Amino acid sequence: MEDDASLTIALADDLDGTFERLVRAHQDRLYSIALRMLGDTGDAEEAAQDAFVRAYRALGRYEAKRIRELQLRPWLATIVLNLCRSRLARRPVVVRRQVSLDAPLPGDLEPRAEEARGPAAATARRASAEAWAGLLLNLPPAYRSAVVLRHVDGLSYPELAIALDRPEGTVKAQVHRGLAMLRTAYESADRREREEMTA
Amino acid sequence: MTTDATVEAALGELHASAPPSLAPRTLTEVGLADWYTRMPSPIGELVVAWNGLGVATVEAAADDTAFETAHRARTGRVAYRADHLPDRLANAITRRLEGERRVRIDLDLRGHTEFERDVWLKALEIPHGEVRPYGWIAAEIGRPKAVRAVGTALGHNPVPLIVPCHRVVRSDGMIGQYSLGGPENKRTVLTSEGVDVPGLERLAAAGIRYVGSDTTKIYCLPTCRHARRVMDRHRLEFHSAAEGIARGYRACLVCRPASAAA
Repeated sequence: MEDDASLTIALADDLDGTFERLVRAHQDRLYSIALRMLGDTGDAEEAAQDAFVRAYRALGRYEAKRIRELQLRPWLATIVLNLCRSRLARRPVVVRRQVSLDAPLPGDLEPRAEEARGPAAATARRASAEAWAGLLLNLPPAYRSAVVLRHVDGLSYPELAIALDRPEGTVKAQVHRGLAMLRTAYESADRREREEMTA
Repeated sequence: MTTDATVEAALGELHASAPPSLAPRTLTEVGLADWYTRMPSPIGELVVAWNGLGVATVEAAADDTAFETAHRARTGRVAYRADHLPDRLANAITRRLEGERRVRIDLDLRGHTEFERDVWLKALEIPHGEVRPYGWIAAEIGRPKAVRAVGTALGHNPVPLIVPCHRVVRSDGMIGQYSLGGPENKRTVLTSEGVDVPGLERLAAAGIRYVGSDTTKIYCLPTCRHARRVMDRHRLEFHSAAEGIARGYRACLVCRPASAAA
């Protein structure tokens, strides 16, 4: 992946000639953040597209110095996150809680050694990912965004503090609390599933 | 027991790849790339290219690769093939070609001179089914001596049919050249709009430039909707504006024939 320092220098010098490089370098990130915030691939693509369009227009207004000093990773994350928030706010209430805690669970998280490779393992991994994505969607948005930016997108805590415009201590606490909520949700769903199987 | 490390590892797996359509959709929306598709017209299949700023190109259909190469060379932008026009744009173009002038169609005219844009925007004012001479455009945009330059600018019109350069004719009234495949196409398009092309050319050959009505004492360009309404027994033909004025006629305020006389 292209490094952001050379990208911002190029963007400051020639926005139109460089913008496609920015899109290629950051599209998987913005799409992943939006997908995990919104849960729908079409909505996620639209939100990521909107975020890039807004970024392009903002860069067009910024002076070269400001562009060179931009931290692209948290800056773009903030833009896409804000768009996700307004999309969530516009959704009808029924849809918001679409994914329930009863969503199917992955079963064994760590596949047995003989299953760890091959198509069966890939299918199990996908099922597992979907289950975790479902649990993530049930987190309150503030915790969800902190967890998504830290653990799906991989932002550092200093970057997270910039992206969420909160002190580092606060975002750390949000991530930890979010993870704890996820673990609890996972374990209680897992327990329910076991009970149903033995009933 | 589920550990934080297990949860974190599972979350790391949720990083996804953007769909291939995301980059083209983004780049076209901001006008750094274009979509293109084909559409039928009275003069054969056309290629239309557009982006988030508006329609950028209308031209006779070539094969896709040739179009993409030429488009890139001309605009510096990549053109992505689309299956069809967006519904709203398709609807707007259809209505515009059928003569509705108030339909809004955004145009992407970046990279062209202010003079060219003035010429094209003026051509947009010519109603469906009417024509104006090159000199009329030149006078109307305040550059009465730039008649040849107007002709050149119309020849460079990137969005023919949408900007109706086919409604601009030679100052002697003959139909003249057309960038979208030559004069035959120009006649076809004008005829499809209801213009009596042979009739216009007969007037031109006879040196008739204006038509007057002896009831209103107003003279017009021959295709002006007011001129076409005049009944034969009230209709007069003038070779020049001076001839009309000498007989006590004033210029129509709608087609502004004085601009053509300039």
